[in-house]
Amino acid sequence: MKFMDEYRQPALIQRNLAELRQAITRRWVIMDVCGGQTHSLLRHGLEAALEDVLELVHGPGCPVCVTPAEAIDAAAELARRPNVIVASFGDMLRVPGQRGSLLQARAEGAKIRIVYSPMDAVELAASQPDQQVVFFGVGFETTVPATALALLHARQRGLTNFSLLVSHVRVEPAMRAVMQSAETRVQGFLAAGHVCTVTGYENYHSFVAEFSVPVVVTGFEPLDLINGLFECVQSLEQGQPRLSNQYERSVSPTGNLHAQRLMEQVYEIVDTPWRGFGRIAGGGLAIRPEFCEFDARVRFQLADAVCSSDVDCRSKEVMLGVIKPPECPLFGNQCTPETPVGAPMVSSEGACSAYYRYSRSNELTS
Amino acid sequence: MCLGVPGRVAVWIDQDPLMALAEIDFGGLRKRCQMACVPEARVGDYVLVHAGVAITIIDEVAAEKLLATLADLGEMNPQEASFP
Ligand code: SF4
Repeated sequence: MKFMDEYRQPALIQRNLAELRQAITRRWVIMDVCGGQTHSLLRHGLEAALEDVLELVHGPGCPVCVTPAEAIDAAAELARRPNVIVASFGDMLRVPGQRGSLLQARAEGAKIRIVYSPMDAVELAASQPDQQVVFFGVGFETTVPATALALLHARQRGLTNFSLLVSHVRVEPAMRAVMQSAETRVQGFLAAGHVCTVTGYENYHSFVAEFSVPVVVTGFEPLDLINGLFECVQSLEQGQPRLSNQYERSVSPTGNLHAQRLMEQVYEIVDTPWRGFGRIAGGGLAIRPEFCEFDARVRFQLADAVCSSDVDCRSKEVMLGVIKPPECPLFGNQCTPETPVGAPMVSSEGACSAYYRYSRSNELTS
Repeated sequence: MCLGVPGRVAVWIDQDPLMALAEIDFGGLRKRCQMACVPEARVGDYVLVHAGVAITIIDEVAAEKLLATLADLGEMNPQEASFP
């Protein structure tokens, strides 16, 4: 497909990797923030190809992994009520809450539908007026315009049987939490490309200045990742931490203003609990009071999300870049994708599951 | 989760600011996508689609510039670089 295949050409990958390796004189610790990038680095064998010269650690950018277990329990509980259907993205179904996953709830008769877009849940509500349809929406800023749009469509169409149970999170406060952690070893960041498509990247100027680390807006294809790493390494080698954009085809400095307007119209910034992390200041988004009739927490009188932690799961250290997944004692024995102990082993974008799936892949594939 | 898939705007269906809808061609497969975030997109433009919503128009000039830079790295002579 255009805008994908060109960035996967094996010969170009080899050549640019060689160039990157030559530019490195120290084993820098670089964090990719987005789970999609983690997945791509492992899937295409880039992590293995650079292992001896760079330490790549994988940040908190898997929304499924940081959604509080309580929110999953709340979604399952709603789906068990008569005349309520919960719709969500497929990724959410296998993640364990404190009382099982949505998949288990569905096996027990709870009404749970997988949808590709929040807009599909609006259609579902329109076609089933005698049912309450709740879209269980998780995701970073990339996904927020889609749920905001769904809510506004439902209002425009006069649907009184559609609501949102949202667990939206914001990337920049999570990067801040990584840098503020006493244990952090991160020296540079690849910023999440598609989040920046929506938000732009001007907000990172103060981050770079405050923490003296380079931040490079980076895409998802192998050549994008190599190029982002190259820029990050150069910035580190020159001792000049800077902000740069290596994903210009999809990201402008100010981002997508239409998308931001939708986001600001429907949501406000709040402190929010991140699974494994604890509460992050300004780390999430909540539906504004003027749209409370579309807020499932209000409509169904659910309690606010709380901070729960998974006993024995070391996802916090993984997400802070302090340890790599194989250093968790449960990795690969008690904790596997079939028997996950923590959320990062479940989602295809969770760092633990990516390591488990691709640990033996060190071929540079296309 | 933040996956974005590039596709070509094939035909506009609705240009209302909120309900904006177009048919997008993903390498032969056509799907209807929300266009409220890219009202300025024109037929033939490539957009990046996430969860059924187009979130940006892909800048083709920037895309080619990057590929040219990546191809120029190393010893390769710029004239030798060619892309399908
Ligand atoms: S391997 Fe399992 S238990 Fe260990 S950090 Fe990853 S998800 Fe948690």
